[in-house]
Amino acid sequence: MDATTKYIIKTTDLSIGYASKKHISTIASNLNICLEPGNLVCLLGKNGIGKSTLLRTLTKVQPELGGTVLINNAKLETLTNADLSKTLSLVLTERLPDSSLTVYELVALGRQPFTNWIGYLTTNDLEIIQSAFEQTNTQHLMNRKCYELSDGQLQKVLVARALAQDTPIIILDEPTAHLDLHHTINTFSLLKNLAKNFGKTIIVSTHEANLAMQLADELWLMTPSKFISGKTATLIEDNSLDQLFDSELISFNKTLKQFTVNHS
Amino acid sequence: MVNHLKSYKNTFIILLVVLLIFCLINISLGSVYIPFKQILLTLTSGEVEKDSWRTIVLNYRLPKAITAILVGSGLSISGLLMQTLFRNPLAGPFVLGISSGASLGVAILILGASFFGASITSYAFTNFGLAIAASSGAFLVLAAVMLAAIKVRNTMSILIIGLMFGSLTSAVISVLAYFSSAAELQQYMFWSFGSLGNLSWQEIIALFTIYIIGVSMVVFIIKPLNSLLLGENYAKSMGVNVKQTRNITLIATSLLTGVITAFSGPIAFIGLAVPHLTKLLFNTSNHKTLLPAVAISGAIVMLICDSIAQMPTSEYTLPINAITSLFGAPIIIWLLVRKRKIYY
Repeated sequence: MDATTKYIIKTTDLSIGYASKKHISTIASNLNICLEPGNLVCLLGKNGIGKSTLLRTLTKVQPELGGTVLINNAKLETLTNADLSKTLSLVLTERLPDSSLTVYELVALGRQPFTNWIGYLTTNDLEIIQSAFEQTNTQHLMNRKCYELSDGQLQKVLVARALAQDTPIIILDEPTAHLDLHHTINTFSLLKNLAKNFGKTIIVSTHEANLAMQLADELWLMTPSKFISGKTATLIEDNSLDQLFDSELISFNKTLKQFTVNHS
Repeated sequence: MVNHLKSYKNTFIILLVVLLIFCLINISLGSVYIPFKQILLTLTSGEVEKDSWRTIVLNYRLPKAITAILVGSGLSISGLLMQTLFRNPLAGPFVLGISSGASLGVAILILGASFFGASITSYAFTNFGLAIAASSGAFLVLAAVMLAAIKVRNTMSILIIGLMFGSLTSAVISVLAYFSSAAELQQYMFWSFGSLGNLSWQEIIALFTIYIIGVSMVVFIIKPLNSLLLGENYAKSMGVNVKQTRNITLIATSLLTGVITAFSGPIAFIGLAVPHLTKLLFNTSNHKTLLPAVAISGAIVMLICDSIAQMPTSEYTLPINAITSLFGAPIIIWLLVRKRKIYY
């Protein structure tokens, strides 16, 4: 077998950014990622450094500027939306458009890549939907309308939808942006549990750096100078985290495994 | 496993019964009084007392009722499609300029006739000629709006662009009207009042054929339309070909709206309001339920409007366009004020 087989996501000299007819603006280059399945990855970086651009590139929303991306050993550029929808599911940061969808309907939509032309749910589909509700502990919300949910409940339900899609990889773009500490920790522990006990590969972009230190198996750091990826413990040891924010106000405290504010 | 999707079987049965009742009421009403029993006899091919009654029912009232059903359901489906595609409750065939496009097509044909030196009595001015002109006009304007829609992603901008195209076409129609003869102008005015009558069986078959083509296209995009409820990015991530879905939606809408506007004039209100009415009634966004529901409700509303337009027992028939807005708009306002916000 090929040596790359064990990696679920592998990028080689990937450059990301935006290309228009007139010029190319590269946001980051030389991204080399080797990710094994079953890990919770936190993608950290300042606002505007290109976290979303990286996620958009990995999910084929925008094309890579250079290098290659292998998802499950298949070249990303050769995959269609339909192929990708069976490997990779998303939880986006954008607001859902107004609708009177029920929570059950929303989660059931996750089965779309697998259902027939009219979207008929087989017994197998219904079982997968049921277990998506159980894994996220949201059964009690099933018959509610999506617009009735709080931000915290909605986030869990959106994770349930991604689980119903039953893909090995789930990518979440700032899932805790609107949540309080309680719901943030809840969401992260849910994701940790899905990675640890259900073998899902979960990639989360987040600003919750201190939580990421405690829960992430791997970190992807987008620093102003370069992209660093590795095991959380390794990156804490080799001082990589100091480079994350090039500010005199914040520093990384190795013993506490936390970012702290520098008092003058 | 339990399927938690709500079943609306009973509501649908009730709606279909209501549709049948209003269909019979519609056929019973008209300037000539015909006993209800005689109408039923005619419809079931029984013996009728007067031959003229049979002729009136079979050649005037039944075609009109069928036209009302096709027009009401087709416009309502188009409205629903536009509201989902643009994720905007204000969208409808009328707002996006499809109807004004159809009007422009017809205006160019009727009012522009003198420019091209054609005579008003030529073949081009039969219902079929009008249908082709209206459909091409509708498709052109919709395509222009869609091209703009690809460039601008903001939904509100797209609606404003649709309105602008509406203004543009009205302006062109004004210029054409200014140079037209009184007879041409009158023919165009009568077309723009809207009318469900005067369709021969042959024309109804043409309307029905295109209606069926349009509706069958819609059936195949029910699934992707449902994923579009979560927005385009989620839809893509669930394997939906968004561009293809958008194109099918547009073609189906322009076929339905184009052909309906062609044969019955630019009928206002139905395409915008019936989807709202149905969403209030069914309280769902699932297109598998909404599409048939909107189609049946649209047919019922159109039959009711047409029954009112005939001004029972009088010899006059009001323009259908006036009735749809005059009686429909207050009902929607009342429902919205009384009930609650409608979610899409």
